[in-house]
Amino acid sequence: MIVRLQRQGALVVLVILLALGGLLFRTFLTTYTLGNLAVQASFLAMIALGMTLVIISGGIDLSVGSVYALSGVLAAYGSTRWGLAGALILPLLVSGVIGLIQGTLIARLRMAPFIVTLCGLLFARGLLQLITSEGSTTYLVPPGSAFRWLGDGTVLVVIAVIAYLVGGVVLQRTPFGMRLFAVGGNEDAASLMGLPVARTKISVYVVSGLLAGCAGVMSAAQLGSGVTVIGVGLELNAIAAVVIGGTMLTGGSGAVSGTLAGVALLFVIQELINQLGRFNSNMQNVVSGAVLVVVVVLQTLLSRARR
Amino acid sequence: MLKRTAIRDYGVYLALVVLVVINVVITPSFLTGDNLRTQLVQVVPVLVVALGMALVIGTEGIDLSVGSVMAIAAALLPLYLGYGVVASILVCLIAGAAAGLLNGSLVTFAGVQPIVATLALLVGGRGLALVIANGQLKQLYNPDLLALGTSSVIGIPLTVLVALVLVIIVALLVERTTFGRQLVAVGGNRRAAEFAGLPVKRTLLTVYMLSGVFAAIAGVLASARLTASDPSSLGLLIELSAITAVVVGGTPLTGGRVRVIGTVAGALLMQLISATLIKHDVPASVTQMLEAALIAAAVLVQRERRNGK
Repeated sequence: MIVRLQRQGALVVLVILLALGGLLFRTFLTTYTLGNLAVQASFLAMIALGMTLVIISGGIDLSVGSVYALSGVLAAYGSTRWGLAGALILPLLVSGVIGLIQGTLIARLRMAPFIVTLCGLLFARGLLQLITSEGSTTYLVPPGSAFRWLGDGTVLVVIAVIAYLVGGVVLQRTPFGMRLFAVGGNEDAASLMGLPVARTKISVYVVSGLLAGCAGVMSAAQLGSGVTVIGVGLELNAIAAVVIGGTMLTGGSGAVSGTLAGVALLFVIQELINQLGRFNSNMQNVVSGAVLVVVVVLQTLLSRARR
Repeated sequence: MLKRTAIRDYGVYLALVVLVVINVVITPSFLTGDNLRTQLVQVVPVLVVALGMALVIGTEGIDLSVGSVMAIAAALLPLYLGYGVVASILVCLIAGAAAGLLNGSLVTFAGVQPIVATLALLVGGRGLALVIANGQLKQLYNPDLLALGTSSVIGIPLTVLVALVLVIIVALLVERTTFGRQLVAVGGNRRAAEFAGLPVKRTLLTVYMLSGVFAAIAGVLASARLTASDPSSLGLLIELSAITAVVVGGTPLTGGRVRVIGTVAGALLMQLISATLIKHDVPASVTQMLEAALIAAAVLVQRERRNGK
């Protein structure tokens, strides 16, 4: 029961808030409002999915916000040069390579994930500034480009849903998923069992990079341009969603379904505050922070009670 | 492995000396009083925040909320200036201590991981600061406060002197007091410290409160220097700079050791690197990428040996 509650805590709160929203506002439980929320949430959902895998492996990835922004700019740039193929391949290649380098430094040279990905955050943001001449150049996706089609709201949500289905199956049903739990639970034990610890860790950072890259590509397709100023602090939102979703930062446990509920929860809270309207928009952050505290304390207490 | 440990422990000083020498040679106006003063004044906020951060990291914790706490202090500062500068600063420090108490309680009593506990305040704190300030930047007209930010004593800016005093206090705290030894013991092995009967909870609470107070001081000093209270952008991403200064200075993220002077050197090194690159017209983007590479290099050199730890 307690395990259930800890796993599904975010979902329970989400359902309560949705019901509350439905009662308070006639426009809340409509396809229009919820659909809009889903489209807005799809970018963070992609990033938080990668973050979930990284955190289960016992690490953390602070670079995702910068990689997201960088990929968006690269996608817009690629679409002006090489059309749809460029818009997809260029950003994913770069974000994958960034993930590969980070993973290698962490797994082979045993550097702290926090520091390595912090450097990744600075590096990707620097690269972004460089290719946009310090943010003064904006690359626009050419009108009529096939790439724009990808930015349709429904397509974005479908991509995110598919990513979560694949992520869930990979995590729960494949040897790679099992290795992730083993490495995050006890790295030394996993190593003694003969599991390829380093390779597993490197892969998970590559996946996280690729998912952040994917989110960037999606945002460029939707906005029709590469926006340089997005994604600052997004890594923290992603971590918050993961933690609210019941994945412990200590590694070795967690589920992608919880993360999805966590992402949804963050956006529903925001929307509720918006609709209430009485609040200063700055209150959004205050409430988000307070919710994070409440959920995290509950999660921690519940996981203690389990033992 | 003597050489390896020497590089790990003294590398930051070596790097600092090398960078200073390079600057003396290639940067014409480097050794002027004006330039040195500017560098010192600019490093003050990061340095003060990093001092608190070093204590927290010494206990195997981390404090991501410092930037938001700076913003809260900045937002509160103009509200109480009517009661005088001292009262107004006191309110800021109390707010910083309260923020630290919240962080510390979550870590100590609720058992929440430091990164998550302080993340909540990072997210909520800036919102709170903006709510307090009504989202506005305010000019600070109080002459006493402006004096704190802009005047000098025997050629040394007042904010730098304040930072210097704080460095000495923290160094004495770590090296000479029971509290300092308890802090290092808690960071080295929390369970062992508990078994040894050390006041682990009190130590952790104190450390987070100190970090909050230091962040508030940084907020006050930065606002006084800017002659404005700017809660929307003050201290943005400063937690990352502070952590970098601490780690580059030789305090491991795994806790159990605090290097105060190393932290000072780390903060100065980071400041000097960016100042040097900017002075020589390297674009900000390249500067940022080089900084990232340098942090990675510094940490790689300091990395604990796998079995020797």
